[in-house]
Amino acid sequence: MSAKLETLSQNLQKHFGDKLKSLKIALGEVTVEVAPADYLAVMKMLRDEADLGFDELIDLCGVDYSTYGDGAWQGKRFAAVTHLLSLNNNWRLRVRVFAEDDEFPAVDSLTGIWTSVNWFEREAFDLYGIAFVGHDDLRRILTDYGFIGHPFRKDFPISGHVEMRYDPDQARVIYQPVTIEPRENTPRIVREDTFGDAAHG
Amino acid sequence: MADIRNFTLNFGPQHPAAHGVLRLVLELDGEVVQRADPHIGLLHRATEKLAETRTWVQSVPYMDRLDYVSMMCNEHAYCLATEKLLGIEVPERGKYIRTMFDEITRILNHLLWIGCHALDVGAMTMALYTFREREDLMDAYEAVSGARLHAAYYRPGGVYRDLPDRMPQYEASTWTSAKKAGELNENRSGSLLDFLEDFTNRFPTYHSEYHTLLTDNRIWKQRLVNVGVVTPERAKQMGFTGAMLRGSGIAWDLRKKQPYAAYDKVDFDVPVGVNGDSYDRYLVRMEEMLQSNKIIKQCIDWLRKNPGPVITDNHKVAPPPREGMKTNMEELIHHFKLFTEGIHVPAGEAYAAVEHPKGEFGIYFISDGANKPYRMKIRAPGYVHLAGMDEMSRGHMLADVVTIIGSQDIVFGEIDR
Repeated sequence: MSAKLETLSQNLQKHFGDKLKSLKIALGEVTVEVAPADYLAVMKMLRDEADLGFDELIDLCGVDYSTYGDGAWQGKRFAAVTHLLSLNNNWRLRVRVFAEDDEFPAVDSLTGIWTSVNWFEREAFDLYGIAFVGHDDLRRILTDYGFIGHPFRKDFPISGHVEMRYDPDQARVIYQPVTIEPRENTPRIVREDTFGDAAHG
Repeated sequence: MADIRNFTLNFGPQHPAAHGVLRLVLELDGEVVQRADPHIGLLHRATEKLAETRTWVQSVPYMDRLDYVSMMCNEHAYCLATEKLLGIEVPERGKYIRTMFDEITRILNHLLWIGCHALDVGAMTMALYTFREREDLMDAYEAVSGARLHAAYYRPGGVYRDLPDRMPQYEASTWTSAKKAGELNENRSGSLLDFLEDFTNRFPTYHSEYHTLLTDNRIWKQRLVNVGVVTPERAKQMGFTGAMLRGSGIAWDLRKKQPYAAYDKVDFDVPVGVNGDSYDRYLVRMEEMLQSNKIIKQCIDWLRKNPGPVITDNHKVAPPPREGMKTNMEELIHHFKLFTEGIHVPAGEAYAAVEHPKGEFGIYFISDGANKPYRMKIRAPGYVHLAGMDEMSRGHMLADVVTIIGSQDIVFGEIDR
């Protein structure tokens, strides 16, 4: 398997050279990072060049890095992470692109390259507020009609902002501010590197 | 001349053929579909966000509730991704148990699918037959995990416990006579493996009954043949996986191409369709059930001969045995830390996918080294397939929409997440 990953990373180097901001092989997976300006061109070549041959887009998801490592994160806040699969070459690739602007994140849309990305981009827009430039139908998809906010951002509380109930006086369903207290049963802890190292028993 | 306009029809969210809570806005020209716009998210529970607030083990039961007809396959992808990040190996017996239960799950899923699909298209009896077989397999689920549906049996590092030596028995009651209970218990007198072996011997007969009922049935063929045709090129463009891709003639199966668990050690074939229509996808899934049956047989054989541990002995990941905890201080500490704080997973990212009955089901983790995932993304096959609904149903009649939904094998638990 590792020989295969070597071939893939060499092919990537050959085609893109310094367009790749980083190329990492970890846990048997290849990850590349590209600049938003090169994103569309790189993706198109990933599909069309035979020695890369990524004919299927498996997944695209948004990520909000703002609280990564409990505040240790220095880079841009929002990223779109894409998983590609090549049926002919039987290999996978992960592509990450960070949105330039943290206030109004936007990256290019891939709908012209893979049809399957359509709903994934709608989902990332819905949950993270990442705008995909060139997407012709960027509506919300998973949240309620008329929902306000982007629920998967790290500053959005897990209990949400509003709750819905039937109001017998007005004889209709109404929204009101949430009445439940947020609680955390197991606190989130980032330990030092050597703590409880599972790989060493 | 009267002004002719397209007719917009709301299909669902409470339609019995919508397989859950699908709201489909159809634009019709007469009875011909011009555009289908699925509105999803009515079952959205933000599983991915919930997982960010739970420890790694606490999210395993959420996986069952994604695709609630193929529970253990969802857990499998979750455990594979966690194990990849942790860098731990599953014991051989654990791998075989997972393989066996993945295939049991595949049969469970396909039985429900064929029952409901036939029901939608108008063949009432199928559901009655398939639910009879599902009962046996759910008993197998119950025997290992205590739950018939939401098992939470797979854990990072292996499976929760070894296969039981005896099956639960029927008891005589007001409704079941002692004689009847004895008959029902006949194939339950041995271990779980005996019970399953009995099932795998019976299953091909049942399977041929389904073929007799449907395969050459004229109405069934009229409703399925040439409905929802997908060419191989379009299938790849639309990101189809699993039976949806194989129905279009592409021999792609993760169990063969990127083997996990014990799939590289068992013998099975991958059925492939020719025309890419609903009927071919039906035939592919039907044959998959027989292949699964074959794999289960091989696993039973192996599991009988090879006893051993089923979960890793790394107690930073899996709890120590009960006896050890009572006598050994270190084990007690491990147990306490594991259940109060949870597993610490090294920083990094991993994607692991399994050949789920519906297609490629993947879990993508980003970890920052905490006892909870930083980000979890569920790659649900049904989500991608439903996105292809618009293209597949264009130009078809309204009644064919029901066939296409059935043929896509849609379950809303995984689509809305």
